[in-house]
Amino acid sequence: MQLTANRWSVLRERIGRLLSALDPPLLLITTVLLSLATLVMASATADFMFRFEAHLVNLLVAGSVMVLVAQIPPLRLMQLALPFYILGVVLLLGVELFGETSKGAQRWLHIGFTRIQPSEMMKISVPLMLAWYFHRHEAQLRVRDFVVAAVILLIPVVLIFHQPDLGTAILVLAAGVFVIFFAGLSWKLIIPVLAVGVVAITALAIEGDAMCADGVEWPGFKAYQRQRVCTLLDPTTDPRGSGFHIIQSSIAIGSGGIFGKGWREGTQTHLEFVPERHTDFIFAVMAEEFGLAGAVVLLLIYIALIGRGLMIAASSPLLFGRLLAGAISLSCFTYAFVNMGMVTGILPVVGVPLPFVSYGGTALVTLCTGLGLLMSIEAHRRRRRERR
Amino acid sequence: MIDLLSPETQVLRFRRRVYFAAGIVLVCFGLLFARFVWLQVVMHDYYQTRAEDNRIALMPISPNRGLIVDRNGEILARNYSAYTLEIQPSRVTHLDDTLDELARVVTIEPRDRRRLRKLMEESRNFDSLPIRTRLTDDEVARFIAQRYRFPGVEVRARLFRQYPNTELASHVLGYMGRINKRDAERIDETGNADNYRGTDHIGKAGLEQFYESDLHGVTGYEQVEVTAAGRPVRVLSRTPAQNGNNLRLTLDAGLQRVVEQAFGERRGALVAIEPSTGGVLALVSKPTFDPNLFVDGIDATNWDLLNNSPDHPLLNRAIYSSYPPGSTFKPLMALGALTAGKRTPEFAIADPGHFDFGGHRFRDDKVGGHGMVDMHKSIVVSCNTYYYRLAADWGIDGIAGFMSQLGLGSRTGIDLEGESTGVLPSPEWKKKRFKRPEQQKWYAGETVSVGIGQGYNAYTMLQMAHAVSILANDGVVYKPHLVKQVENVRTGAVRRVEAEPTRRVNLKPEHIAVIKQAMVDVNREGTGARAFAGAPYTAAGKTGTAQAFSLRGAQYRGSKLAEKLRDHALFIAFAPVENPKIALAVIVENAGFGAQSAAPIARQVFDYYLLGNKPEGPAPEDSDATDSE
Repeated sequence: MQLTANRWSVLRERIGRLLSALDPPLLLITTVLLSLATLVMASATADFMFRFEAHLVNLLVAGSVMVLVAQIPPLRLMQLALPFYILGVVLLLGVELFGETSKGAQRWLHIGFTRIQPSEMMKISVPLMLAWYFHRHEAQLRVRDFVVAAVILLIPVVLIFHQPDLGTAILVLAAGVFVIFFAGLSWKLIIPVLAVGVVAITALAIEGDAMCADGVEWPGFKAYQRQRVCTLLDPTTDPRGSGFHIIQSSIAIGSGGIFGKGWREGTQTHLEFVPERHTDFIFAVMAEEFGLAGAVVLLLIYIALIGRGLMIAASSPLLFGRLLAGAISLSCFTYAFVNMGMVTGILPVVGVPLPFVSYGGTALVTLCTGLGLLMSIEAHRRRRRERR
Repeated sequence: MIDLLSPETQVLRFRRRVYFAAGIVLVCFGLLFARFVWLQVVMHDYYQTRAEDNRIALMPISPNRGLIVDRNGEILARNYSAYTLEIQPSRVTHLDDTLDELARVVTIEPRDRRRLRKLMEESRNFDSLPIRTRLTDDEVARFIAQRYRFPGVEVRARLFRQYPNTELASHVLGYMGRINKRDAERIDETGNADNYRGTDHIGKAGLEQFYESDLHGVTGYEQVEVTAAGRPVRVLSRTPAQNGNNLRLTLDAGLQRVVEQAFGERRGALVAIEPSTGGVLALVSKPTFDPNLFVDGIDATNWDLLNNSPDHPLLNRAIYSSYPPGSTFKPLMALGALTAGKRTPEFAIADPGHFDFGGHRFRDDKVGGHGMVDMHKSIVVSCNTYYYRLAADWGIDGIAGFMSQLGLGSRTGIDLEGESTGVLPSPEWKKKRFKRPEQQKWYAGETVSVGIGQGYNAYTMLQMAHAVSILANDGVVYKPHLVKQVENVRTGAVRRVEAEPTRRVNLKPEHIAVIKQAMVDVNREGTGARAFAGAPYTAAGKTGTAQAFSLRGAQYRGSKLAEKLRDHALFIAFAPVENPKIALAVIVENAGFGAQSAAPIARQVFDYYLLGNKPEGPAPEDSDATDSE
C-alpha cells in the first residue's frame, strides 16, 4: 500500500513535468476550438454516430501526440529534420511507384500492417527541414542558400502535385514559402509576385464573364482547370457538377443568417444538401446552425491561435524556432483561409480541411504535431530564461 | 552577396516580417468576414428562400375523377383502385433484361411489353409507366419481397377508369388515355400545368374529353420535407384534393342498349332527342368499341385493329359522318314550301313518272308515275316528281334559307368534340367549296336533285334528328345536349346544362299539322306501314334511301351489288304525335331501303321508350318492303 502511494507521487511528478512543457494560452485556445469543433461534429455526424465516436478517439490520439511532441527540445528537433525529410521524400517516391489509388489519386502507401499518407507528414517535415537548413547557415545567408531552399521545397511539392493532390501540394508549398519568407527573402522578389497575384484575381473578378465565355482558351491552363475557376466565378454554369457543392454550401451559410438555425436544426445539413458535411464542408454546417455569430467566433479563435503562434515565433531566441513557429502559424492561417474561402465560394474547391474542425484523424494529428512544435519552441525559450 | 547580421538586427527584421504576415492574415480574414456578411446578412432572404425551396417539395394529391351516370342514375363510367407495376425507364439501363427478370416474379404478357414500348414513345421524360395493371394480391406480395432487385420499378395503388357496360355508348363516353406530349403542351398553354401534376390520364374523346375540366377535379397538395435525394421526411401541411364533378346525362342507357342491339352487326348511326328539352336520349354509332382498352394504355395490336378496320369503329358516325338524307328530306321541303308560300296543301300535280328540266329527264321510282299527287300524297308515297318540280319552282336560295333555320348545314353545338357541319348546298357553298371557276357555277339542274334529298345534300344524323325534333316541337329550337347536369360531389351544387329554347322557327300551326298528318300516314298506309303495324301510339315517320354510289342511270338491283356499294337506309320519326316525347333519325349503312331496315329499328326504339317493351334481338329486316320511297 505504501508502495502505491509512492508510485502515485512519482506518477504525479512525471505528469507535472509532461504538462510543464505545454503553453497555457495555446492550450486554452486549442481547447475552446476543439470543443466548438466537437459540438459542430456532433451535429454533422448526427446520422453516423460511429463517426462521432471515431472523432473522439482522434481527439485523444492527437492530444497525446501534441503533449509528446511538446517534450522534444528544439535542438533534438533539428537533428531529426534531415532524416525525416529524406524519409518523407523516399516514401513519396514509393507512392509514385507502388502507391494505392483512392478516389482517382495515389496517396496511400501500404507498409505491412497499415497504410500511410506520406504527403501528410511533409506538411511538418518540409518546414522543419527548411528551418534547420536556414538555421545552419544563419551567420551568412547567400542567394545560393535560397536557391537550395527552393529545391528542397520543390522536390516534395512536385511529387505531391503529381499524385495528384492539389490541396496538399498547395499547403506544403505554402509552409515552405513561409519559412523562406521569414528567413529574409528579398522584398524585391516578394512584392512583384504579390502584385501579379492581386492583379490576376482582380481581373478575373471583373472580366470573369468574358474570360469564361465558350471557346476562350487560357494560355498555360488545361480545360478542366479553367472550368474549375469559371465554376467558382459562376456556380450556376454547372449546377449538377462541382457547382452543386458551392451552391448548396452558399445556401446553407446564407440561410443561417445572423444567429443561425440552432444546433442540429440546419435543414441544408440534415436533409443532406450540404456535401462532405463532416469533412471539407463542415464550415457550412457551423455557419448554418450558428450563423454569422458562430462564424465570427471561429474567425476570432483562429486569429488568437495564429497570433499566439506568431508571438512564440517573434520571441524565440533560436532562428530555427522563429522560422518553424512562424511557418506553422501561417500554415494554420492558410488551412483556415483556403477552406473557408472555398466553402463560401471565393476560392476554387480544393480538398483542404478546416483545421481542428473537419473530421479526419491524419489531419488532426498533423495539426497537433504543429501545436506540439510551437509549445516545444516556447518551452525552450522559457527554460532558457529561467536558467539565466 | 553576404549578409552578416547581428542577432539583434536579425530578430528585429524577423519581427517586421511577423507584423507584415499578421497584417495579411487580418486582411484575408477581413475578406472572409465581408463574405460572411454578404451571404448571411445582405443575401440572407434569398438564401433562406432557396433553402426552403430545397427542403419543401409539393407532392400532388390526385383528385378522383367524376362519375358519369345516365338520366336514371345507371353508372356508365366509374373508377376502380388497383395495384400497378410501374417502371421509370430513365432509371433502368437494360430494359429488356429487367423485364425478363420481372417476368419471373409477375406475369408479363407480350401485350404488356408492346404497350410499354408504345407508351415510351409517347410519354414525357422521367414518367413512371405501367408495365402491368391489376396485379393480384399474390403478385404484389411476390414483388415486394424481391423489390430490392429492381431499382426504378415500383408497385403503386392507382385509380383507373372503368366502363362497366364495356361497349355501350362508347362514342358518347369517349375514352381516357395517358397524357402525351401534345396533351401536355395544351395543358401548359391553358395554364393548368399545376392541376395536372400527379395526373397521368386525360379524356381523349367523347364526354371524357369535352367535360375534362369538370370531371378532373382540383389537385390537392402535400407539403413534404424532403432530403437532397428526394426521400420524404415528414408532412408539413396538406391541402386535400377536390374530386371531379359527376355528370348526369340526358342519355337513357336502357334505350341506348336497345338501339345498339337493334343494329346487330350492321353499321350506321341513330340519334334520338327529347324534343321538349333538346336532351339526347340515345346517340349510337355502330360499330362500337371498348373504351376500357384505352384505360391502361392500348397496345399496338389493338390500336391497329381499331384504326385500320374498314368499319372504322372509332369514328363517331352520329356526329361526324354526313349522308344524303334522301326522301327523309321531303317533309322538310314540304314544310318549307308551305311556309314560303310556294305551295298550298291542296295544290296537286299530275305525275307522269318523270320530270323534264333543261333537257334532262329526272325519273321517279315508280314507272308510269303516281297519278294526281297533292302534298299529303307526295309524302305518303314519296313522290319524286312532286319535289323535282317544287325545287325548280322554289329555287336553291329559298331552300337553303329555310333548311338553315332547321339547323341543317351547321353544327348543332352538342357537347362533343368533332361535330361536322354537313353540306347544305347553295351557290355560295359551291363557290367556297370548289376552286376552278367552271366548278363554282351553280346549275339549275342541281337544284332539282336537291329537292329529293340527293345531290350535294349531306347531313349528320344528329342534324337530322335535331331538325325532326324542331318539327315535332312546332318550331321551338333547343340545343341538343348529352349532359343534363354537372353535380359537385362535395357541396351538392348542381349546374344544369341549358334546357332553355335557343330560338324559334316561324312556322304556322296549320302547316305543321299538314306535315305531321302526312308523316303519321306514312306509318299507317305508306312506306313505314309494315314496320309500325299495330303500334298502340301514333308515330310520325318518313323513310329514305341515300345513294352510296352513283349508278349513272343503270337500274338499281340492291341484292346484286357489292355490300359497300349498296344504298344507305334512312328513317326519321317522332312519337307520340300529340305530345312528342322522342324524335329520331337513323341510318343503316349499305342496307338498301329505309323501310326495309331503318324503320324496324325506330319501331323497337319507340316500343321500348314509350311502352317499356324490350326487344329480343336485332330489329328484323323487312325484305318485302316496297322500294318506292
